[in-house]
Amino acid sequence: MNLAIRDIRYHRGRFILTSVGLGLLLGVVMSMGGIYRGLFADALAVLNANKADIWVVQQDTNGPFAETSRIPEDIKYRIKAVPGVAEASPLSFQTLQIDRKGKPFRFFLIGYELNGFGGPPVIIAGRNIRQKHYEMVAAKAMKMELGEKIHLGLHDYTVVGITGKMVSSSGDPAAYVSLSDAQDIQFKKDNNAIRNDRERIGANVDRIPSLSQPQAKYLKQNIADIAESTHTVNTVVARLAPGTSLHEVQERIKRWNHFRAISDEEMRQILTKGMIEKARMQLGLFRIILLVISAVIISLIIYTSTLDKIRVIATLKLIGSQNRVIIGMILQQSLLMGVIAYAMGYTLILLTYEKFPRRIVLEAFDLQALFVIVMVICMISSFVGIRKALKVEPAEALGG
Amino acid sequence: MYAIEVDKVTKIYGKGETAVTAISDATFQVNPGELVAILGPSGSGKTTLLTAIGLINEPTHGKVIIDGATVADEGWVRGLDLKRLRREKLGFIFQHHNLIPFLSAIENVMIALEINHLTSSEAKSRATELLKSLNLGHRLNNYPTALSGGEAQRVAIARALANKPKVILADEPTAALDTENGKNVMSLLKSLAVENNSAILVVTHDHRMVEGFDRIFDVRDGKIVGEQNSGN
Ligand SMILES: Nc1ncnc2c1ncn2[C@@H]1O[C@H](COP(=O)(O)OP(=O)(O)O)[C@@H](O)[C@H]1O
Ligand SMILES: [Mg+2]
Repeated sequence: MNLAIRDIRYHRGRFILTSVGLGLLLGVVMSMGGIYRGLFADALAVLNANKADIWVVQQDTNGPFAETSRIPEDIKYRIKAVPGVAEASPLSFQTLQIDRKGKPFRFFLIGYELNGFGGPPVIIAGRNIRQKHYEMVAAKAMKMELGEKIHLGLHDYTVVGITGKMVSSSGDPAAYVSLSDAQDIQFKKDNNAIRNDRERIGANVDRIPSLSQPQAKYLKQNIADIAESTHTVNTVVARLAPGTSLHEVQERIKRWNHFRAISDEEMRQILTKGMIEKARMQLGLFRIILLVISAVIISLIIYTSTLDKIRVIATLKLIGSQNRVIIGMILQQSLLMGVIAYAMGYTLILLTYEKFPRRIVLEAFDLQALFVIVMVICMISSFVGIRKALKVEPAEALGG
Repeated sequence: MYAIEVDKVTKIYGKGETAVTAISDATFQVNPGELVAILGPSGSGKTTLLTAIGLINEPTHGKVIIDGATVADEGWVRGLDLKRLRREKLGFIFQHHNLIPFLSAIENVMIALEINHLTSSEAKSRATELLKSLNLGHRLNNYPTALSGGEAQRVAIARALANKPKVILADEPTAALDTENGKNVMSLLKSLAVENNSAILVVTHDHRMVEGFDRIFDVRDGKIVGEQNSGN
């Protein structure tokens, strides 16, 4: 006969209630683990989609995600010419926040060359971008319809395709347009801005004493073309031919082209170690605090339930029960509470994790590790109750 | 061979100035099948004596012999497994039934059998048989809270009898019952002593309850001051 289960069955209301409470707590702990994994997955989503070996960025920067990186687009020809580089493709990244249906609408815009790589990894509805201009592929999370038009910069863009779970390193859903469109959206100014620029720069040109009148006049007429170079990108990604030394290519780009060439591995370090390290520590700390709270709660529950059973324990001792019967009752109860609370938390998180605003990634290993931790906590927490129980004298069963 | 032999048992609680002699120089024997009462007012040392015999409360001096085995001789005899002796040789009945509230009537009896290494099916059939013999066949699956005081005490008696002990010790078993139920419990104990040939030692402060006992010891201030024998 299992005393722990009998006791729980008899007090099932109380037991279920405490397990639900603990379950909620454990659900939060699980979600935090999931958020952490989600941060990772988000941070690396673009990396995983592009499968580039090298990210060429502005010298002395950790761009293009952790820091700003601006490099001329035509670098791509020089990178392609580096021995060992199989393909190279320029990319531009920008985060946009516009008004859509009266609400702020935030997303990450990736510009890519239609005949290069770095475009949408999958198309789950519609098609890929075919026209050089004014077409867009949006992530599913943006909840845009195929055919929907959206105004960005100076033009309207039409959603022609939907891609899966693509996000920026900070979790904003990603959309794709052609590189030239992306550059337009980023750099093309509206007419007022152009006029302002022309006046400001024109005044500056007039103040240059070494220019002749005709020279100055010519410059002023062509200010827009000179000042407004839209042919800037944030990175050029490259894939290497098989058997190429990554290090040699990195060195070569650094020495001869004066750009920084970040390997995929280094980029992962930059994104995970640098960008999400604080968030990771924060989440870790919260998880520890919540687990400590769970431990305190379990200890208290087990301790008070032991106090409730002093007379039962004394009677059992008096009629000759072995200590293991009594220890078993308390320990099993504690473990059972942990198991049920864990199951509740797990169910809860399973039912809700897809509705969280940010990605939650539930990894089997994390969940298993948490289960072991919860069991250990239950075991340790039951010690206070067991200690109390072992001190009970059988004589306490006598009298009124 | 006596079921219980008590020889000059003394129990002193505490030390020095605060020492209390709860029982002093108690000497008597109980035969198998005998129903014996220890009668005395509150605080006279009855429970102390009972627990000293019951292997719960170490006697300061004197000898206690249960079923031929010396268990105490100026303190516990070394190397004894007191718990095992309690499960195998002794049955306890309490003032309050002390049934485990989260176990049904039958489970309360089964637990005493299971801790004595019976399998759960053996325990179940023995418990059922015992409870039926005590007219509790219709109460097997009731929790203690659903039982009347008399029924609960009868379940407790069944638990005490479960392992067929040589000695049954009862501490004020009728104190929580009305007179009629109390008398019923006492006559049940009487018949059990005869049926099972076990020695039953009952502690009580209520002289109305000791009718039909084989012998009655009067206790005052820790001393046995008299012995009444039943007429037969
Ligand atoms: N654990 C204890 N420590 C100290 N004194 C005790 C203890 N138990 C009982 N006593 C004292 O011993 C005496 C006898 O108590 P007890 O055996 O309980 O008497 P009864 O059962 O007849 O009422 C009382 O004076 C009581 O206060
Ligand atoms: Mg008493």
